[in-house]
Amino acid sequence: MAATTLTYRDALREALREALIADQRVLLMGEDVGSYGGTYAVSKGLLEEFGPNRIRDTPLSELGFVGAGIGAALGGLRPIVEVMTVNFSLLALDPIVNTAAMLRHMSGGQFSVPVVIRMATGAGRQLAAQHSNSFEGWYAHVPGLRVLAPATVEDARGMLGPALADPDPVLMFEHAQLYNLEAELPKGGFPAVDIQSASVRRTGTDVSLITYGGCLAKVLMAAEELESQGISAEVIDLRVLRPLDDATIMTSVRKCRRAVVVDEAWRSGSLAAEVMARIMEQAFFDLDAPLARVCSEEVPIPYAKHLEEAALPQTPKIVAAVLTLMGKSP
Amino acid sequence: MIEFRLPSLGADMDEGTLLTWHVKAGDTVQRGQVVAVVDTSKAAVDVEIWHDGVVGQLLIEPGTKVPVGTALATILAPGEAADPMATATAPPPPIQKPTVPTSPSPTPKLAPETAEKAITPTRRPVTPAARRRAQELGIDSDSVKGTGAQSSVTVADIEAAASTQKSGMPAIALASSTPAPSAPTSPADRAKEMRKAIAAAMGRSKREIPHYYLSETIPMALALDWLAKYNASHTIAERLLPAVLMLKAVAVALKRTPQLHGFYVDGAFQPATAIHAGVAISLRGGGLVAPAIHDVGSKPLDQLMRDLTDLVKRARAGSLRSSEMSDPTITVTNLGDQGVEAVFGVIYPPQVALVGFGSVQTRPWVQDGVLCALPLVTASLAADHRASDGHQGALFLAELRAVLQQPDTLAEAVHKTPPQGDPT
Repeated sequence: MAATTLTYRDALREALREALIADQRVLLMGEDVGSYGGTYAVSKGLLEEFGPNRIRDTPLSELGFVGAGIGAALGGLRPIVEVMTVNFSLLALDPIVNTAAMLRHMSGGQFSVPVVIRMATGAGRQLAAQHSNSFEGWYAHVPGLRVLAPATVEDARGMLGPALADPDPVLMFEHAQLYNLEAELPKGGFPAVDIQSASVRRTGTDVSLITYGGCLAKVLMAAEELESQGISAEVIDLRVLRPLDDATIMTSVRKCRRAVVVDEAWRSGSLAAEVMARIMEQAFFDLDAPLARVCSEEVPIPYAKHLEEAALPQTPKIVAAVLTLMGKSP
Repeated sequence: MIEFRLPSLGADMDEGTLLTWHVKAGDTVQRGQVVAVVDTSKAAVDVEIWHDGVVGQLLIEPGTKVPVGTALATILAPGEAADPMATATAPPPPIQKPTVPTSPSPTPKLAPETAEKAITPTRRPVTPAARRRAQELGIDSDSVKGTGAQSSVTVADIEAAASTQKSGMPAIALASSTPAPSAPTSPADRAKEMRKAIAAAMGRSKREIPHYYLSETIPMALALDWLAKYNASHTIAERLLPAVLMLKAVAVALKRTPQLHGFYVDGAFQPATAIHAGVAISLRGGGLVAPAIHDVGSKPLDQLMRDLTDLVKRARAGSLRSSEMSDPTITVTNLGDQGVEAVFGVIYPPQVALVGFGSVQTRPWVQDGVLCALPLVTASLAADHRASDGHQGALFLAELRAVLQQPDTLAEAVHKTPPQGDPT
């Protein structure tokens, strides 16, 4: 099969096209997804191809259109709702958490909400505090939601299909810095990506580096750097933030006996905290060092480039954390 | 629910390695039954249980080294039902002070350079995985230098220590018939360990116990004549050794001087009720143990003879019982075989006295103003001045001499003593 080079953005668009073609019930809705082609140009060209009934521009009201998307799902459609960034999704917390996540339980299993909500997340583009948050861990707190974080072009291409097939609400977090990421993928029919389990992106024996989404590239670079210092790092891409794939995490930690969790969110009460707690519960006796994590500094993300970089997890910080765990001075 | 704890099998023991269990959960056990074998630095000891009941849960795996006082198993008293909550949340072995009469607390192991930090003692960082690996390899993680995060001891440190220990040890019988992960397996190791244990106990004794020494020459003619007559009328298997007579004589003589047998613990003397005489037995290949013959005062001579033969045999075969190791109230050492004239022993703490016998030799002796040749033995007493004075010691030796002049009464002296107390 012929291969083609795709960006993360292109991969998402291909997945959307595939879904729109495959099922007449699928529609895409959100701010600027139609005429403008999407804030990150993910839906560029789709309005022309599928028409305004299926590619719907919405008013600038997250509460309104996310709620409408949930209603559409209850009504029998398969809406894909794009929220421009996770920062604005807080306006729609109520329909997502109180309605979409809970309705199956509240209705005694009579109703499910087959909606997919896509959001951009993360920092690193000098958009300052209110546009740089990583709140996906908040959603990963909520039972009833499936939370995905594609970190590769392949996952961006292959996660939407299974997400739409899920009868319950699925949230997909796309790190905004990944849209230009390029990779070679097979052309045409693409296999669905598993949305149950984490993925081992690199095998190693000395330390498990556990991360997801926008930090994966930095972690892989850290692993390269560590390799040159004689330390073999295994890289786990969580990929599914809820429900967490404990088995893959524990297998890796039991093998390497050390773990560093890298998460762009703030450390207190973070997904990183949850991952560490699970390791303590399940693999304490396999550990050969205290657990460590590299998270964002607990400040509103700064605008200034050098300050923003200093606030976020970066490759040298990850390398330093690993060296400290190994009893070596960074 | 009763906790069955690792007893102290001697003053020099502060930890032991569980070698095997003889029981499993659900077994009915009776007081005095041997339920486990524990390796001390001296010998593998059969450990007895002190309660009737049913074994609830075995808390310690064979091969594990634990401090004295650690709960080894839970025992359900007769009629008591298993408590599922209790078993589900059975706590990890607590580190507790020994509960059997023991010593003042051991000297802290802090090195001088860390003494400043002694005010806030911190646990030495050993990672969970290293802890488990150390247990598997039988390595004492305290002796390993840590190279991990915050100088913690890591798996790599343990494995490195294990490989150097192995290469440094000559001829280890790794494939021995009784694999005991952390027990010293080779005779050389055993001897070394035992020498260390004896050094520790005797060093402590001489440091802590203000000894005083008395001796008395005792004519043995009457006793030996009696013995010769007794033995002449008995089969070889029933014959008595002079050592048995002396042992019995010590027990009888002690009746009037209770200050000489018991334990000195926590700054106070605790007299013992029954006389459990520790008999010093030298082992083939070196080393020494002093297990007890229980209740010497109440046993007839033939019984004592059988007990002594059995004890010596088992001591040398390495199958002593825990009560024999833990509860001697006085030690009797008899070096007569070696031909020394007298022995002035070192008290085995926390006991307060030791009686020594030299060899029986025919010597000039004045009796009723007449010089004659008589078999004599020098009996000595080493006693703890904190528990008794020379006066009482002298009374004891005089009594010992007197009872040895009346072998008939020795043969008949079967004293009733109260039931043996629970040493745990």
